[in-house]
Amino acid sequence: MRTGQREKTNDIGLSRADYSGLTTTLCQGCGHNSISSQIIAVAFELNIRPHEIIRLSGIGCSSKTPAYFLGKSHGFNSLHGRMPAVGTGALIANHSLLAIGVSGDGDTASIGMGQFKHLMRRNVRMVYIVENNGVYGLTKGQFSATADEGQELKYAGTNPFPPEDLCVEAITAGCGFVARAFSGDPKQVRELLKAALSHRGTAFLDIISPCVTFNNRDTSTKSYAWGKEHAEPLQDLAYVPKDFVPRMDEIMVTHFSPGEVKLVELHDGSHIQLRKLEEDYDPADRLGALHRLEWARQQSEFITGLLYFNDSRPSMAEVNDLTETPLTELPANKLRPSPEALEEIMHSFL
Amino acid sequence: MSPPGAKVNIAPSTLELADPGNGQAIINDFSIVVATVNGTGSQTSNLTLLRALFKMGIPINGKNIFPSNIQGLPTWYHIRVSHEGFIAFREPAEILVAFNQVTAKADMAKLPAGGVCLYSTDWRDISLRDDVYNYGIPTNQFLRQAGVKGKIKDYLTNMIYVGAIVQLLGIKLEFIEEALAYHFGRRQQLVDQNMGIVEMSYEWVAENLEKEDPYQVVPLDQTDGQILITGNEAAALGAVFGGVTVTSWYPITPSTSLVDALNDFLPKIRRDPDTGRATFAVIQAEDELAAAGMVMGAGWAGARAMTATSGPGLSLMSEFVGLGYFAEIPSVIWDIQRVGPSTGLPTRTSQGDILFAYYLGHGDTKNILLFPATAEECFEFGVIAFDLAEEIQTPVLVMSDLDLGMNTWMTPQFKFPSEPLKRGKVLSAEEVEERGFFRFLDLDGDGITYRTLPGNKNPKSAYLNRGTGHNRYAVYSEKPEDWEENMERLNRKFETARGMVPRPVIDQVDGAEIGIIAVGSTLPAIEEARSKLAKSGLSSDFLRIRALPTNDDTRDFVANHKRIYVIELNRDGQLHQLLTVEMPEMASRLMSLSRINGFPATARWIMNSIQAHESVNN
Repeated sequence: MRTGQREKTNDIGLSRADYSGLTTTLCQGCGHNSISSQIIAVAFELNIRPHEIIRLSGIGCSSKTPAYFLGKSHGFNSLHGRMPAVGTGALIANHSLLAIGVSGDGDTASIGMGQFKHLMRRNVRMVYIVENNGVYGLTKGQFSATADEGQELKYAGTNPFPPEDLCVEAITAGCGFVARAFSGDPKQVRELLKAALSHRGTAFLDIISPCVTFNNRDTSTKSYAWGKEHAEPLQDLAYVPKDFVPRMDEIMVTHFSPGEVKLVELHDGSHIQLRKLEEDYDPADRLGALHRLEWARQQSEFITGLLYFNDSRPSMAEVNDLTETPLTELPANKLRPSPEALEEIMHSFL
Repeated sequence: MSPPGAKVNIAPSTLELADPGNGQAIINDFSIVVATVNGTGSQTSNLTLLRALFKMGIPINGKNIFPSNIQGLPTWYHIRVSHEGFIAFREPAEILVAFNQVTAKADMAKLPAGGVCLYSTDWRDISLRDDVYNYGIPTNQFLRQAGVKGKIKDYLTNMIYVGAIVQLLGIKLEFIEEALAYHFGRRQQLVDQNMGIVEMSYEWVAENLEKEDPYQVVPLDQTDGQILITGNEAAALGAVFGGVTVTSWYPITPSTSLVDALNDFLPKIRRDPDTGRATFAVIQAEDELAAAGMVMGAGWAGARAMTATSGPGLSLMSEFVGLGYFAEIPSVIWDIQRVGPSTGLPTRTSQGDILFAYYLGHGDTKNILLFPATAEECFEFGVIAFDLAEEIQTPVLVMSDLDLGMNTWMTPQFKFPSEPLKRGKVLSAEEVEERGFFRFLDLDGDGITYRTLPGNKNPKSAYLNRGTGHNRYAVYSEKPEDWEENMERLNRKFETARGMVPRPVIDQVDGAEIGIIAVGSTLPAIEEARSKLAKSGLSSDFLRIRALPTNDDTRDFVANHKRIYVIELNRDGQLHQLLTVEMPEMASRLMSLSRINGFPATARWIMNSIQAHESVNN
């Protein structure tokens, strides 16, 4: 911020500070802090009203971060691995809310794997971010389930098990917005985040976010050095707000040639612009996405970008055919049927 | 006197002769047990019989003693008929329908002398007792005559015993037809088909058997205006009229039928009349962890959220309930108790989760428990559980059990709630502007603080809810004084709750020397035992706790009696333990009378146990 000038405000008159939170208590240089900053930047840019957002998390370093952004939004720092259930309940209770959930690889890939998959399956409308660093930080350096096979850590020794790929898990669970990013590429994180906030159901962002204290050796695929060296974006991404482009008749993700720019329409009428960097990669192709991810695993590639997109499935709230007024705002006369209704039921039990 | 906490020895049961043997009729006072194979549709026959008796105006209760199995294992249905209105479980039943060849021998052995045995003459190697009245029915002959083949055979076989019982007891056929019409709704063809078999059997018995036994029914007028309903259906209906908006659950016997009932009622009467859309959501979760998590998420967001489960599910919910207590989240959990530990006896009743539920959660946790004892209370507590949860901002556990929840009870019709929905201390955007917002600051001195809901447009209303240590402004804190202040306030809130939860129901009689304290579904057995004890010269006062924490009513009751029997269905006398902790200075007055075998309490057990203990005592 430049001194001597009034702080810049967005279209709804809020400053960046209105989207900030408490000062971070994470380690200096932690990838998570960068992601928190991008969340703040995106909320500011998109003119989000703080009361329309809820912040959610589980337990772990990453789950502490909701305290550090969007301090004027309600939030729930819940239990280890249980953010999905808490989010599902909150968002069915009030479907007008938009949720940003932050989890970690321990919180999601181990203790929370079941809930993670079921949230995707239900297509709860929320942005689900995993700040993925392959290691348990708060308990000081154990391997997580996304750690590389054969990797060595100071205290944990050698990891004998293969890593889970959360993007694969998300796609097979039915998630319609699956992306991978690197916290060292803030622009990519930002554009994906913006698009994710416009998605119809669950939008999953697997963000590789290095742990500077326990897992940042150059050989680790979760390190800064590795990320900078190896990150291979599948596309150049740019989010296009709703009012910026005329509505197109039909925009398909498929059928465009490399280098060509395509607009993919998101659920709220905004778009994500994809400039394809990799020939033949089609994010609308579920099997292709899985194939590409498996190929990347075999080749030790770090692919990033929008891996899979499909918004044909209704969200959880749509499936439940809920009233337009959120359940939490229904007046008492909509919550309690009439005495006559009770009488009729009593009669049926005579 | 026994030392405090002593367990009262259970006296051996003294079986009375069922048949006085003087040729006098026994009218409207007996039990029937129907032994069949599960999965054969015998439930339809049993409920038909039950409803017909109910429609005759005779007080009844039906209890299903069933296996954890889909098809092929033995199952028993007990019907208690009592002109005195005693509807507790009673064993042995005087009338046996022995329609399961596998258990017939053991079932027959249980009959009291002078009892009745109805059996199928198609069975081989059946040795009949000569001290009971035996009636053989040629079931296969009926089925051949009716031209019944295939899968429906089993179902209709069960209607054969209905016809025979109807003839033998003197039930009017019109009541059976009414009951069948109720069961099958408008499907007249099914009513006719079943009625055909009933009539065939009815006629055959009239023509071929001579009634020798003394058991009969005659119409009464004691069920006028009443309904027949299960506790779980009543609970669901209570929730519907209590304004439930979010239900998340995972299937588990014996709670499943509660959510089944919600899924039945909600779409019928809780769709928005203007748009036809749902004012509710029922989500089948992936497990009880997720079910509890969704309830907490929804409760925090401002929903009236609930789940229904049983012991094993409650175990999985314990972390979330601890969070709910500490992060102060309104939530309702119905625990339809079954026999534990572990998978235990999943289809049998118990009151074994009292201590576990009361302290559910690690660290210093205490929860509010409600104990319905009747279907009517299941309805009432279905409503007020939400009020209490939102007013006190904490999990409320409603402790029902399999007997109350899954069995069929006669009850007065439920009254429309007289009180409006009570939503507790929730601040609007304007109120936050006027008075400020301090999430955990005890402004009113009652330990209950003010909350705001997500979506509140006032930016000052936002806070980060959490299970980690926090100060009065909901900011993370590890300071010892913050922790202590918060926990002491939670304790204050719990003290406030004592005056908000349903008070006990007390029945005092003149000259009573002893007191009885109990919760929940042991009520009918206790009422019957008290009546019989009084006739034998031992009057008793009765206090039925309807909620924990207890209040002064309970303390005064204990203070006013020299000996109090605490009756419950578990091994360790859990309610007794809690009461001795609550009032250690009076612990020696409290006697534990507890037992768990999977069956509901019987009056005989209570009576014999109290008599045995009193005779030693005097």
